[in-house]
Amino acid sequence: MSHPTPQAAAVLTDRDNTGDDPRSRAPLITGTNDFTSVTDIVASIAERKPTLYWWIAFGGAATLCGFFFSLLGYLVLTGIGIWGNNQPVAWAFDIINFVFWIGIGHAGTLISAVLFLFRQNWRTSINRFAEAMTIFAVCCAGIFPALHVGRPWLAYWLFPIPNQMAMWAQYRSPLLWDVFAVSTYASVSLFFWYAGMVPDFATLRDRAKSRIGQFAYGVVSLGWNGSARHWHRFEKAYLILCGLCTPLVFSVHSVVSFDFATAQLPGWHTTIFPPYFVAGAIYGGFAMVLTLAIPCREWFGMKDLITMRHIQNMARVMLATGLMVCYAYAMEFFVAWYSGSHFEHSLFLNRPFGNHRWGFWAMFLLNCSGPQLLWFKWARNNLWVIMACAMCVNAGMWFERYVIIATSLSRDALPSSWAQFSPTWVDLSLLTGSFGLFFTLFLLFLKFLPTIAIAEVKTVLPQSHAHGHAEEAH
Amino acid sequence: MSAPHSPHGSPSAGGCPFAAGACASNTAKVYGQIAEFDNVDDILSAANKARKAGYTKIDAHTPFPVHGIDGALGIKPTILPWICLCMGLVGMTTGILLTTYCMADWIPHPSWLVENFKGYRFLISGKPMLSIPAYIPPIFELTIMFSAYTAVFGMFLLNRLPTLSHPLFSSARFRRATQDRFFLAIEAEDAQFEAKQTQAFLQGMHGVLAVETILD
Repeated sequence: MSHPTPQAAAVLTDRDNTGDDPRSRAPLITGTNDFTSVTDIVASIAERKPTLYWWIAFGGAATLCGFFFSLLGYLVLTGIGIWGNNQPVAWAFDIINFVFWIGIGHAGTLISAVLFLFRQNWRTSINRFAEAMTIFAVCCAGIFPALHVGRPWLAYWLFPIPNQMAMWAQYRSPLLWDVFAVSTYASVSLFFWYAGMVPDFATLRDRAKSRIGQFAYGVVSLGWNGSARHWHRFEKAYLILCGLCTPLVFSVHSVVSFDFATAQLPGWHTTIFPPYFVAGAIYGGFAMVLTLAIPCREWFGMKDLITMRHIQNMARVMLATGLMVCYAYAMEFFVAWYSGSHFEHSLFLNRPFGNHRWGFWAMFLLNCSGPQLLWFKWARNNLWVIMACAMCVNAGMWFERYVIIATSLSRDALPSSWAQFSPTWVDLSLLTGSFGLFFTLFLLFLKFLPTIAIAEVKTVLPQSHAHGHAEEAH
Repeated sequence: MSAPHSPHGSPSAGGCPFAAGACASNTAKVYGQIAEFDNVDDILSAANKARKAGYTKIDAHTPFPVHGIDGALGIKPTILPWICLCMGLVGMTTGILLTTYCMADWIPHPSWLVENFKGYRFLISGKPMLSIPAYIPPIFELTIMFSAYTAVFGMFLLNRLPTLSHPLFSSARFRRATQDRFFLAIEAEDAQFEAKQTQAFLQGMHGVLAVETILD
């Protein structure tokens, strides 16, 4: 079967798996799917010619991506003076964008690793997707600090490489911890993603009609043949990786928060940052997964695999982490008051009423108000409402980092060094352009790679479990 | 799918799956025989039967990990977790040595060591030379990095991947092993393998769709 459309039409019988009746377990995959149809639905996306929508989206994203790289060229040739950064706001859009993108990546690892350890089998339909999002978000994130060093060709100084200056990296600095955390996170996420895709590449290899497809998928599938011994080691490696990625993902955003928390600056020097940043990262990440998953399941005929229940579960996670974020906002204000520190007092008054107050109110309204709609069942049943909430969070989490970084830096403890920050057109264009890079990579992923973990989804079908008469058969 | 395959080649090569020209030589080396199934119960029962019949060089090829197949085939637990643990400890040691070596000069180094490889006393912000709490993030990340890389690459190496060519890939039928069919393979190297008997044995399995001889 080359097209999923007749299949999709045939399985409309049982689409609603959102019930909470404890007497019957809700199916994770709806419709009357079996091993063949699951393979067909996912593989046919990579096999057929891209749709017009894909070309339009890809054209737009690739143009934006080209613009982004041209700007990077301009930036490297000119110097970071074309940014709006100043003293004391030496960290601005570059670090805001870095924290924003790296935070988005966290939902991918949370879905693939943490939910696996908790035996949340619904993750199988969305983990590939979310892992891809992680990799691409980390790509976008990594670019900004590399540029912020000013001379990116010397960025290798960040690594402990013996050099002509006989100088070592400074291991007591949270910025160096960041180098270790982010490079470990990026590479481990990439290998995890790739290793998970190998059996699915083998599926695409075995179905490929064209020589190019057979060769390309043949090479990347490494000769996977589905041997039970291979699966045995594969599953063990997968479990180990999940066990390792769980502390890793929490460490990464904790370390990112140390960049701020170990500084003396009012508004940064606080112990709540690591858990607050991790919750915020998951919040923003799930919003981005929803932003990507809702249109994709519509356009690529994957409604039986990414079901309404998946969307609702993600909405619930988003609501829960959103509440943690709101709690952290409240606690920051409480501690600022309770600490009795004059500088903390004035900074936290400055956030809602001072020079960057619009940033604070954008953050507060987008992160704390809009998504509260998800308390209601009708809202969780309406894709437009969920999508709107996700967009609120996408924007709100960017403003959160803006508030943390720009407000605190522009009003430090010494009034004589205060200065206002305003972004230049390069700042704004680089932020916009980084979405071009992200969506270009994501659209290529949608077209050429197995977008849903085919082998894993098969394991949650009822047919994948023996019925117990295997022994009686002989 | 086709009915159980009947042999029409020479007895020594078992059934030839291809047109006469493709199996020109009667002395072609046989890799083994595969039996095709379309559900989990049948492959599990077939694997159990083959193991109980005394075959040892058996394997199942399935589109996803089938629960219970390890016991049915007699697969022993992999040593991968222990390798990962060891490499994690190596990573942790690397982290401890790297941070303490670079940030102080108390780890002795030979006099001939060139200058840019030497650690030195790096006193900054009044922290002690041996600031273990501040060194924990790099040490932790290196532990994770070493063990996670080992889990991925160790898994592939123990599986002897990449191996882009495999005798089983010559079978058109076997392409569905990564999609919706389940195969039991008995290798010709098995002490108990005997072309005709093994073929008859596989054809007697419950729910078998086809049996095919694979040439090496």
